[in-house]
Amino acid sequence: MSSTTIKAPHERKLRRKTSFRESVRNSLTMAYRGLLKIKRTPEQLFDVTLQPIIFTLMFTYIFGGAISGNVQNYLPVIIPGILVQTVITTSIVTGVQLREDMDKGVFDRFKSLPIARIAPLAGALLADTIRYTIATVLTFSMGYVMGLRPEGGLGAVVVAGLLVIVCSWAMSWIFAFFGVISRTASSVQGISMLVLFPLTFLSNAFVPAETMPKLLQWFVKINPISHLVTAVRELTNSGTVGWDFTISLIGAAVIVAIFAPITVRAYMRRA
Amino acid sequence: MNQFTDKRIDHKDLAVEAHGLVKVFGDNRAVDGVDLNVRAGSIYGVLGPNGAGKTTTIRMLATLLKADAGSAKIFGYDVAKDPQIVRQLIGVTGQYASVDESLSATENLVIFSRLLGLSRAESKRKAKELLEEFGLTEAAKRPLKHFSGGMRRRLDLAASLIAQPPLIFLDEPTTGLDPRTRNQMWDTIRRLVKEGSTVLLTTQYLQEADELADRIAVIDHGRVVAEGTVNDLKESVGTSSLHLSIQNEQSLSNARLIVERVLNVQSAVTAEGGKITAPMADADRVTDLLITLREAGIKLEELSVQKPTLDEVFLSITGQNAASHTPVKKEELA
Repeated sequence: MSSTTIKAPHERKLRRKTSFRESVRNSLTMAYRGLLKIKRTPEQLFDVTLQPIIFTLMFTYIFGGAISGNVQNYLPVIIPGILVQTVITTSIVTGVQLREDMDKGVFDRFKSLPIARIAPLAGALLADTIRYTIATVLTFSMGYVMGLRPEGGLGAVVVAGLLVIVCSWAMSWIFAFFGVISRTASSVQGISMLVLFPLTFLSNAFVPAETMPKLLQWFVKINPISHLVTAVRELTNSGTVGWDFTISLIGAAVIVAIFAPITVRAYMRRA
Repeated sequence: MNQFTDKRIDHKDLAVEAHGLVKVFGDNRAVDGVDLNVRAGSIYGVLGPNGAGKTTTIRMLATLLKADAGSAKIFGYDVAKDPQIVRQLIGVTGQYASVDESLSATENLVIFSRLLGLSRAESKRKAKELLEEFGLTEAAKRPLKHFSGGMRRRLDLAASLIAQPPLIFLDEPTTGLDPRTRNQMWDTIRRLVKEGSTVLLTTQYLQEADELADRIAVIDHGRVVAEGTVNDLKESVGTSSLHLSIQNEQSLSNARLIVERVLNVQSAVTAEGGKITAPMADADRVTDLLITLREAGIKLEELSVQKPTLDEVFLSITGQNAASHTPVKKEELA
């Protein structure tokens, strides 16, 4: 810069819109930023490392005998359930951290740069898939240590893990939306828990739906979380891909299609 | 992709053209009809006390905030209609450092460079170059948490210069800096303009506007109350102000009349000390004043000359005290 002079505006190539390729590139750069932040403050990974270990131990030994007769028989039921519950709960943190991050001055700079508007959000959400991956790997590992031997084989387990990560990423757009519209990080936590708690527990994640009252059964059957849990169970326990797998992916796509645009719009409005 | 050449720019030498900008927060009209015209290649100072609407105005011009009314163009491009084009032409350095606290200086600059479309290698080179230029090389790898205010500001400015934007917004670039760092910042700003940039800066300090700006807008309660070259402003305020303490309080009003007559200006009396203050446009006339005071038998206790403060600028321009809504300053009765 010391030797060059600055180009006049009319000599510059100015573009009115960012292309799709640039949007992806910008988002990946923002994801890189997110990863650097995780590297700098590894203590923020506490929840994703401890929660899978503690929850898996707790739920398996508390419910195992009562629901499936013994722990060994319960593992194929509970591990997919706990996996979905843990990873999706983790995605709340995305919204909370986004809120905290947005309050910092650096977001002003992101807004003043000629980058895709979606990039700061998509990047943050993308970087958080590392959290989901850690939670997924730990949950399956805990299951293995406790004696789970998935019939579907390693390949199916990997596919199941990926499915959960993709769906959690989609869900994180909902919490990102709460993150953008709420004023404090703690209120994001509150609202998100309120949504997620009934959603994860009123599903087939921990107990078979047949034991529940009729009305509850009806809800459990339409609950998207149930479909995701079933899809993961089918993959890990028999290596099959069924209708629930497709429904989960469609659900994820619908959530992103709805929440990504309104989140970006809310983000733009909150200057 | 659409490409634009200068055919759209009719006011080619205007970097900023704002008409009647309004921003309302609740029932507070933070910006209440601001007009600004900034010539390309100049330094333009927006001068005003805290809460006058300076930052809000800059945020609207920098596409960070939507105006409630009015319009603004940056090099002929409307901030509301073509925000993405405007963003390619500006660099913004906010009042509060807009850099990432948890990352190092290098990481910050590399990320901003990558976002602006530079390749990985180019980004690294650019970061190194800018850090050297701003004397931050030694601190390049340290997290920003341990940076001093001055270092943070410099990094902030460096980040604004990655794309070499033709227009740079600086919101109170030297507030809170020590005199040495402040002078470095001033040198940098002057160099930017020499290289062809336009700079729009806000400041609370008349001295800073005086040092840097070619033209100044004085802003108060969300309105531009005066606009002109530094000399215009100085003429109306006086380069310095004269402070007179009178031995005998009874002759105060008489002394005041003499001051106003001889210096041909408006004077003010401070509330606590019974001190007369008046803008000193022409130092020579002070001799006349002193002689007249002696002839009138008015004895002086103390006489001092002070550089004008923002208060006095406001006093002479609006006839009102800037301190009326910034209670920190000492009170003066007009």
